[in-house]
Amino acid sequence: MPAVLEIEGLRKTYRSRRRGTRNALDGFDMRVEAGQVHGFLGPNGSGKTTTLRTLLGLIRPDGGRMTILGHEVPAALPQIAGHVGAIVESPQFFPHFTARDTLTLLASAGEVPVQRVDEVLELVGLRDRAGERVKTYSLGMKQRLAVASALLKNPKLLILDEPANGLDPGGIREMRTLVRNLAESGMTVVLSSHILGEIQLICDSVTIISLGRRVAFGPVDEVLAQHSSGSVRVRLEAVTDLPVAAAVLQKSGHRVSANPDHLMLTGVDKPATVTRLLAEQGLYVSELAPVAVDLESVFLELTNTAPVPGQHRQVDQSVRVDGADSSAPTGGGWGA
Amino acid sequence: MSLFRTELRRLAKRRFTRWMTAGGLLVLALIVVGLFFTNQKIGPDQWAEAKRSADQQHQEQMQWAEQERANCERAKAAGENVDYYPPDCAEITGPPREAIEEKWFLPSTFVFRESFEEMLIPLAGILAMVGFVVGASFVGAEWNTGGMMNLLLWRPKRLTVLLTKLGALLAGLLALAVPATAAWFGSLWLVANWRGTTEGVTSGAWQSFLLTGLRGVVLVLVAATVGFALASLGRHTAMALGGAVAVLIVGQVGLAILLSMAQVRFAQAWLLPTYAYSWMRKTVTLEDWRSCEATYTGECKPAILELTWQHSSVLFTVGVVLFLGAALWTMRRRDVA
Repeated sequence: MPAVLEIEGLRKTYRSRRRGTRNALDGFDMRVEAGQVHGFLGPNGSGKTTTLRTLLGLIRPDGGRMTILGHEVPAALPQIAGHVGAIVESPQFFPHFTARDTLTLLASAGEVPVQRVDEVLELVGLRDRAGERVKTYSLGMKQRLAVASALLKNPKLLILDEPANGLDPGGIREMRTLVRNLAESGMTVVLSSHILGEIQLICDSVTIISLGRRVAFGPVDEVLAQHSSGSVRVRLEAVTDLPVAAAVLQKSGHRVSANPDHLMLTGVDKPATVTRLLAEQGLYVSELAPVAVDLESVFLELTNTAPVPGQHRQVDQSVRVDGADSSAPTGGGWGA
Repeated sequence: MSLFRTELRRLAKRRFTRWMTAGGLLVLALIVVGLFFTNQKIGPDQWAEAKRSADQQHQEQMQWAEQERANCERAKAAGENVDYYPPDCAEITGPPREAIEEKWFLPSTFVFRESFEEMLIPLAGILAMVGFVVGASFVGAEWNTGGMMNLLLWRPKRLTVLLTKLGALLAGLLALAVPATAAWFGSLWLVANWRGTTEGVTSGAWQSFLLTGLRGVVLVLVAATVGFALASLGRHTAMALGGAVAVLIVGQVGLAILLSMAQVRFAQAWLLPTYAYSWMRKTVTLEDWRSCEATYTGECKPAILELTWQHSSVLFTVGVVLFLGAALWTMRRRDVA
């Protein structure tokens, strides 16, 4: 499948006398194929927004190569801007203009037919509130307006940075349906979000960024499979047999953690071996369930941002689950 | 072209633009109303009234002189030593009637030929202030609210966007300044017609008025460009407004006090309003009263420094090039974060 968006070795360094040198992007790579809904994930300050801004010509990169729709950017941005719709970070609009004024002015600047304004207002559910000033809008309504502004051009590539931010549950579901519909109509969508459940539901593929570098990428299923730890939950008919069972399994080389009513085994290739081992010792399994890994746990593992009891993780700081600090001295994030 | 039209529409739609324009026009209208009510047409009635007033003042002066002469004679007779009276009390006389001119007592009248050129200065000043503030806000608010970033996502050519915005601003101001100047001509002509005189306006005078009006319009455009450039540099309206306040209050008032204390010659030559004034009046003559330049008659005249509109045009050009150049450079180089 052809790539709609390609980034290779993207670098962005911020230099400050007071704060020193920080690599917001440290050789970042990304590839998004046509017609996909692609999730772009990363903790706060990991370089997501810097990547999107650099891609859209708002920030000058210090190195690397980027293409959109086969054209090198930022050089070719004026030619392809009409095919790229984007919202970057929180939606910001002139507060005293109405939504319709805002979109009409954008449409006029971009030489988009004015009837498209009504179409996108209908699409994002703002038709009846289009005549009100933006300053009276809630965050969710501003978010809808931002999405409408990105859709105005009927773009081939749609980049949405946190589009569900501030939306109510109904709005989130509508946004999900909208994104899926757009993808089905042939639009490629890059979706940056922290709502990982949503990403897992609607994205075909993902890229995870941490400290300015790509730490995982590919179809969602593959990323999940790659980071599945082969965990299995084991319950026995008699809870009192759990210590004996744990000893048997450890003796056979399994990694076991004991819980009051069950055992957790990790690194199990073939769950059937567990059943056989225990049955040979007269211990009968009542439940043997593989533990499914989700995107959130993969994300937390890869970015080392899992909360640790008693610690307050700072932005720019990655913390391993075992408590070891792993933030690099020139770690990314500042200014991202 | 679509971007230019869009920016013109955006400028016209902005509430701040509308309020500032309305405010500026209101002040101009109030000046016209003030002129209308404080001036009168001079006719036989006004001359008769002036004559009556001159006669009355002459009478008062004569009575006062009479009284003073009597006081003088009384004091001399009493042998009082009063040095504020002349040696001969007969020298105290009232003024001759012709010394009190009747025209002094005429009410104020608006003589178009004499007053109009001077009246173009407040017009240019008010429109320049409107231009500066609207120019600063037009781009400053765009940066501040994220509108500029949105626009750059649609039109990624930064310099084109900034220059088109400036072009729209100047076109909008021109659309305001030219009719406002024409209306100013018209309304003051009417004031002169009803409350003064329009006599003596030769074609040369008209030409001079038109050129002064043209210079006023240029002043408005320069002020708007500088406001726009300053706000663009700081990416906030406050940068331009703060800069203007700093320059006017600290830079100008403070500098004026400092220069005065240091007894600098022609201190006004260091102050910006002097150049705006010389731009409008074509020339301003500064005098140094502490110096003496003797004439062949032995008279002592102060040294003078003449500032012309050409001096002002150099200053304005340098200012525009400097500020706009810096704004364009930062627009091109700085990240939009």
